[in-house]
Amino acid sequence: MEAVQINDLGFCYPGTTHRCFSHLNLSIAKGKRFGLFGPNGAGKTTLMNCMTGLLQVKEGAIHLLGQRIGENKKKVNRLFGFVPQDFSFYHELSPVENLEFFGAWSGLNNGVIKKRTSELLEVLDLTEVKDKPVAKFSGGMKRKVNLAIGVIHEPEILFLDEPTVGVDIQTRNAIIAYLHELNSAGTTLVYTSHQLNEAEELCNQIALIDQGKIIANDSLENLLSAHQQEGLEGLFINLTGKKFRDADA
Amino acid sequence: MHKLWATILKDVRILGRDRLGLIFMFGMPIILAVVITALQNSTFELVNDNKVPLLLCNRDTGASSKQLMLAMEKVGIFNLKQVVANETDQQISNRMQDKDALIAIIIPTNFTNSLNNKAKEISGKALSQFGMEVDSVQPYRDELESITLLYHPVLQESFRQSIKGALRSALQLVASKQILKSLYFALNEKQMPEQLENELINNEVKINEIPISRDGSGKIPNATQHNIPAWTIFAMFFVVISLGSSVVKEKLNGSFVRLKTLPTNYMVALLSKQLTYLAVTLAQAAIIFSIGIWVFPFLGLPRLNLPADLFGLFLVSLVCGWCAVSFAIVVGIFAQTQEQANGIGAVSIVLLAAIGGLLVPSFAMPDSFKTIIKISPLHWCLEAFYGLFLEGGKLKDILTNILPLFAITLALQLIALAGLKSKNLI
Repeated sequence: MEAVQINDLGFCYPGTTHRCFSHLNLSIAKGKRFGLFGPNGAGKTTLMNCMTGLLQVKEGAIHLLGQRIGENKKKVNRLFGFVPQDFSFYHELSPVENLEFFGAWSGLNNGVIKKRTSELLEVLDLTEVKDKPVAKFSGGMKRKVNLAIGVIHEPEILFLDEPTVGVDIQTRNAIIAYLHELNSAGTTLVYTSHQLNEAEELCNQIALIDQGKIIANDSLENLLSAHQQEGLEGLFINLTGKKFRDADA
Repeated sequence: MHKLWATILKDVRILGRDRLGLIFMFGMPIILAVVITALQNSTFELVNDNKVPLLLCNRDTGASSKQLMLAMEKVGIFNLKQVVANETDQQISNRMQDKDALIAIIIPTNFTNSLNNKAKEISGKALSQFGMEVDSVQPYRDELESITLLYHPVLQESFRQSIKGALRSALQLVASKQILKSLYFALNEKQMPEQLENELINNEVKINEIPISRDGSGKIPNATQHNIPAWTIFAMFFVVISLGSSVVKEKLNGSFVRLKTLPTNYMVALLSKQLTYLAVTLAQAAIIFSIGIWVFPFLGLPRLNLPADLFGLFLVSLVCGWCAVSFAIVVGIFAQTQEQANGIGAVSIVLLAAIGGLLVPSFAMPDSFKTIIKISPLHWCLEAFYGLFLEGGKLKDILTNILPLFAITLALQLIALAGLKSKNLI
């Protein structure tokens, strides 16, 4: 069974005529470290939001581990974790208090929440600041809290939207190392970022999306060899061109 | 239940760390209740206990002006300060500018004479109506001399009217007495005995003031009984600042996005906010009532008397609180930014308080407002509280106020749900 299976996806935002996707198909096998890349406005975030159920899909279907998105929200939402680009927690609360709350909303009981909180604080090096309000944290520490909340319920699939943006090299390395650890334990990673060197380090399956279409989807090695490139950056430019895309977005 | 409890805990923690919000919800209404009650109480005392300083310039030398002064003194609400007769209007005005007094009465030079002549004319007419022979009475063609009432512009219209009323009744007394003296002289050809004159001036009929009440207690309401319920309602509805912006903040920051991806319905968050802030509104009521009972007497203000029906009081507080919370949630759902929620929330509460009779009594409102007043939930809250605090009513007596309030609350809940649905938030 695929971790993510997208069939014939079509989407346009309500009130607009511009189609973000038409007949888009994509499969992500269980246990993969999947990276989704593309220029600004290519449809990365929209696709991520469709996969996490934040956007309602009316054309085609998305299945996570065989469960169709939009059909059994409670069941489907237990399967995955989401680490959005924005800091998605309560800044007034401490890491422990945030984890307590989001753990409960993820369907965990108090015992499991305590155990997972302690583990995550330890592994992400947040134990010393566990009771301080997150508002006082540095950007790197906030990223760690953001990640910890996304994985507290040990999801089978983890969606990550720019999980290391704005952090120093040490924090970035710590986060990437932890993501490898999670993947080794069986979690499928679906990752999007503009940090292409980081992607090379993390991902074992890469898809490039441009103008709502998947223009490449394979392992990094296969893609580089097929397009005679030495790195992801060259591949990216080769496939999407040098034209600025922000104005088109 | 575990999710709801965790959410309530989260909301309580965030609320506890929002110092500004707490000041708005607890500090401000307490200060308002104390200040407004103290001010209103001093107005009551001014009218009931203290005497209003009044400058009196008597330019007349006759007896009627002296009787008028005596009658004014007997009204009991004035502290007469007589100024010399040759003081000009301008000099009297200057004294008033210096706030020696806010009102002055000037009795004109020919006051007694004109009053006597008028009295003689009326008594003569009266005697001839009785068929008695009277000396030919020269009709008094001139206007009666006018009394001048000077007042400081800060004096409120209602207060000025009551002073005018008191002056008019004193004048009526002096004029009636003069007519009777004339009649007495015409019939007996001698002056009216002083004892009879005094009996005429002393009004023997007493006025018993009894406030109506449903429990028949007849307790006299005071500024505290009026103000504490009103400012408690105001405080409850002012949770819109904290709760409205809390809903907007949650909507705008990333946490809401994450909440939508978790296997829990957002209704749990909404229910938690309602329960948390409902507890806040009940705490506000309990604190403000406690201050009215135990702190006000220390400040020299009248003590708050709780109604006999304490269950009724709890139920009214609960429904008022729920209505206030529902209103705040609606503001939070429809506002786009925290600034919008704060602005719309604060202005709408002041407006609803104004049309609801919290700032101006509803009986003093123009007829066109008598229908509009009913759309303000604060009006129904106030009526329900007044039914308990002022009228000594019980729960059954105020059901007609609770039911519309309940209906408004349900309507707000439905609007909130529709708003969440239309914005794809649930």
